[in-house]
Amino acid sequence: MYCLICAETAIFTIFVVAYLFYIGKSVSGPKPQDVLHAPIFYSICLLSSSLTIHAAVRKLVAGDMKAFARFWLLTIALGATFLYGTAREWIHLIFHDGLTVSTNLFGTTYYSLVGLHAFHVTMGLLALTLVALFYFSAGLRREHAERLEVLSMYWHFVDAVWVVVFTVVYVIGV
Amino acid sequence: MSPTNIFAPASTPADSIFGLSIFVVLTVAAIFIAVFALLLYAVVKFRNKRTDDRSEPPQVYGSTQVELAWTVIPVLIVVALFLASARVIASIQDAPRPPSALEVTVIGHQYWWEYRYPKLNIVTANELHVPVSNPAHPTPTFMTLLSADTDHSFWVPRLAGKTDLIPNHPNTMWIDPHEAGLFLGQCAQYCGVQHAKMLIRVYVQPRAEFDRWVKEQQELPHSGTPDGAVSAGQRVFESTACVNCHAISGTPAKGRFGPDLTHLMSRDTIASGAAPSTHDTLRRWIQDPDAIKPGSKMPAMGLSDHDLDAVTAYLETLR
Amino acid sequence: MSTNTIALTDFPVSRSFPLRLHEWVTTVDHKRLGLLYIVFAMVFLMAGGIEATIMRLQLIRPHNDLVSPEVFNRMFTMHGTTMIFFVAMPLVFGFANYLVPLMIGARDMAFPRLNAFSFWMTALGGLLLYFSFVGGDGLYGAGSAPDVGWFAYAPLTSRTFSVGHSTDFWTLALLVSGIGSVGTAINIVTTVLCMRCPGMALRKMPLLAWLNLTMGGLVILAVSPLTAAQLMLLVDRYLGGHFFDAQAGGSAVIWMHFFWVFGHPEVYVLAIPAFAIASEIIPVFSRKAIFGYPVMVLATIAIGFISMSVWAHHMFTVGMTSGANTFFVLSTMAIAVPTGIKIFNWLATMWGGKIRFAVPMMFCVAFLFQFLVAGLTGVTLAVAPFDWQLGNSYYLVAHFHYVIVGAILFAIFGGFYYWFPKVTGKMYNEPIAKLQFWLFFIGFHLTFDFMHIPGLLGMPRRIYTYEPGRGWDIWNVIVTIGVFFQAAGVLALAANLLLSYFRGKAAGNDPWDAWTLEWSTSSPPPAYNFAVIPVVRSRRPLWDLKHPEDPDWRYE
Repeated sequence: MYCLICAETAIFTIFVVAYLFYIGKSVSGPKPQDVLHAPIFYSICLLSSSLTIHAAVRKLVAGDMKAFARFWLLTIALGATFLYGTAREWIHLIFHDGLTVSTNLFGTTYYSLVGLHAFHVTMGLLALTLVALFYFSAGLRREHAERLEVLSMYWHFVDAVWVVVFTVVYVIGV
Repeated sequence: MSPTNIFAPASTPADSIFGLSIFVVLTVAAIFIAVFALLLYAVVKFRNKRTDDRSEPPQVYGSTQVELAWTVIPVLIVVALFLASARVIASIQDAPRPPSALEVTVIGHQYWWEYRYPKLNIVTANELHVPVSNPAHPTPTFMTLLSADTDHSFWVPRLAGKTDLIPNHPNTMWIDPHEAGLFLGQCAQYCGVQHAKMLIRVYVQPRAEFDRWVKEQQELPHSGTPDGAVSAGQRVFESTACVNCHAISGTPAKGRFGPDLTHLMSRDTIASGAAPSTHDTLRRWIQDPDAIKPGSKMPAMGLSDHDLDAVTAYLETLR
Repeated sequence: MSTNTIALTDFPVSRSFPLRLHEWVTTVDHKRLGLLYIVFAMVFLMAGGIEATIMRLQLIRPHNDLVSPEVFNRMFTMHGTTMIFFVAMPLVFGFANYLVPLMIGARDMAFPRLNAFSFWMTALGGLLLYFSFVGGDGLYGAGSAPDVGWFAYAPLTSRTFSVGHSTDFWTLALLVSGIGSVGTAINIVTTVLCMRCPGMALRKMPLLAWLNLTMGGLVILAVSPLTAAQLMLLVDRYLGGHFFDAQAGGSAVIWMHFFWVFGHPEVYVLAIPAFAIASEIIPVFSRKAIFGYPVMVLATIAIGFISMSVWAHHMFTVGMTSGANTFFVLSTMAIAVPTGIKIFNWLATMWGGKIRFAVPMMFCVAFLFQFLVAGLTGVTLAVAPFDWQLGNSYYLVAHFHYVIVGAILFAIFGGFYYWFPKVTGKMYNEPIAKLQFWLFFIGFHLTFDFMHIPGLLGMPRRIYTYEPGRGWDIWNVIVTIGVFFQAAGVLALAANLLLSYFRGKAAGNDPWDAWTLEWSTSSPPPAYNFAVIPVVRSRRPLWDLKHPEDPDWRYE
């Protein structure tokens, strides 16, 4: 998983570099400062999901299946909320502000970077949901904690990437 | 001797590179000879002879001194090569532009070269004219390199190293040829189907000749009929789509997609060097560009033989 | 180390062809996947070779019209893309797959199913790329073969200049195979770090394992930028993005940066496993331990690190500042130091030995000689002003073919012959192999030695024809002639290995009197590799067994 995280980090780095390089270079169209509003609430949701997944795995190690399930489902809910927030933001940007991936450099780099991250969140949520299904079909046992630990590393990585993306897009780029 | 030999420099950038390359090649050759000699010696001296028993030779696992030696010496060589390179890089890339410099803007197109002399009001194509530069009183030519479409690269080996023409990324280079003559080169960055025939011709001329060329380029062509009327060929030219792509000063033709034809006959070649400029090649080119340069951006205009002859005759008046 | 293990060839029941095919298609055994990679690579080597032959025949004289410019441009694009991604990478992964678990005393790779998935992704990429030949031109065709060069510079790849889907074949084929590459790299790294047999600390690992570990790390860090860049290209081409769109303020240069951040480490991904092969063969045939093992490891890691900082030496002509150019001169030359150290260490391994010139060793000596030359022409190109003349010329083409064919492919051929007895249990035919070596050696030198000269005389690359009177003609003829010797050599190699597989003499476990773990098990190894997981005490466990009076672990 560490190797996979390294590879994914390299991919994200390239998109971040492209984003930073193109700040201020759009020839026309909406500018970040005009249309972006930092999604603080949804970011808090995503970042706290790191805490909840960590707690979930700890509970599983301890054998407390009900608590594990609560924290695990909470993680999924928080992640899903984040995606919902992204969707809302994008709908507003596209239909209200007229910013699409083809509008200008800002649009291209913004949707690519945030979209790549959202894609990784989605993949993570699918995996988390699969685990939840395993739990409900009574297949999940305490011994699986190590594997869930590895999965949670992926989830932590996704959250860490969001910290970087958030900083680059909503702080530096604006 | 090859007209594009990098070891026959005729201009300061090419000279500097040549000088540096001699140093580098000698260094590298010395390293090669030394290591190759050792390899050859090892292969001969230490081969297993048939008289040998099956015992193993002494196992040597390493030697710190030896490792140190062959780390330190390469580092020193690297430092020397690096310093030599850095000096030449700076001398070429950061050379200041003297006020006597001729300014040319080079615009790369799929598959031809546009040359503009902004201060002299000249726009021409495919054949670059520059004055000889006297080392005592240099008159270099400083070129700004732009591209209208894909990436290209301007390479005339005897005059300078190559520099790329990249859209939205202006570059500069300079040459100061010390001898008159024709210098050849070609595009050196794959730019599409006819990259191979995007040839370069640089005419380095003594000062007087260059000034004469400038004057000729600045004049309008005299292409009307003796009584001042517009020739048949010119009418065909202006009523067919030719004017969408080509410009001829003093006429309604103002297209910039293709080469400026105002002084077409002052050039030795057509299609960016793909063919010599003769009556037959010019006619063939207009009739069917793909016959000379398949994939070039100029379409066959489907002219009748009569119109073709008229247009060719007209273009031949553009001196 | 058990010698009476049951090998796959000992099955009493002869299985039907469909059954055996099914076994191979669904295998997760690292040895079988390794062989699949290698066979796949050899098939594509033929394809790439045909593409090269067509190009060389077209260039044999000026203004030749054997093929049209469109076809020629597709040839050099496909040749480069095929050789790097569907020949060299699979060869390297094939060797790693087969040998790494055996040499570290493991039963398989860490993730056998990921291993299979990665191979099939690579295979899919190759098929996708070659489907482009039959996809067809025109509005309703799927697209013809890509013709944008193997590094696909923007904006030539934009929808404007690359109509149709040919560029998309390039992009998608490499995206897919890139996923396979990263999967294999994850496997190699995890296997080496987690599955070594008892006693095999990292510093007791064979050099091949160290070098493949480094290669895995490089793949993880380097292939990903290519994936990112290709995603951006797809956004540009299909979603109207502007990453590389000059009109909208986009930058063609940034594609170059992203590509070469991948492209340069990529050549080390290919070279380092070739070093690994040489590092195993040269000691065995010199009858001495590798000289300076710790230094070799450190030098390799240094090469891996530095290789990530040299990429813009592919961009000396694009108009970077003198400061940037100077930095990349320094970093590029810096990498020559650890590389040179390795050459000296191999030389020192041979020094004082009792060198046996079986064909694997012949290939490795040729490798040493040719890698030396290739490295030195690389040093000349590292001198940016010299690169301003010689970049993108045939001198550059000669340089990188010297590395990839002269060094990497020669080492790999050496590896073929060295491990053939282990993989098949049969010995190859030595006289034919020697003939094959000389054919290939002569062909290689005819082509690639003389190829430097047109570059020095001003001939750029990627041109489907050239002007007479520039002094290039005779050299192009000689270069083309060499192709036929090389073709004969490669065909002779394939023939020798195939025939020897069926009719060769039995080889036994350890025909070369070697010292690493793979030679302790049967030839071919059983599916489970070792009946009993070995316990080792030194870098050459079999040396310790054969020389109990003077074991290696006393000196390490």
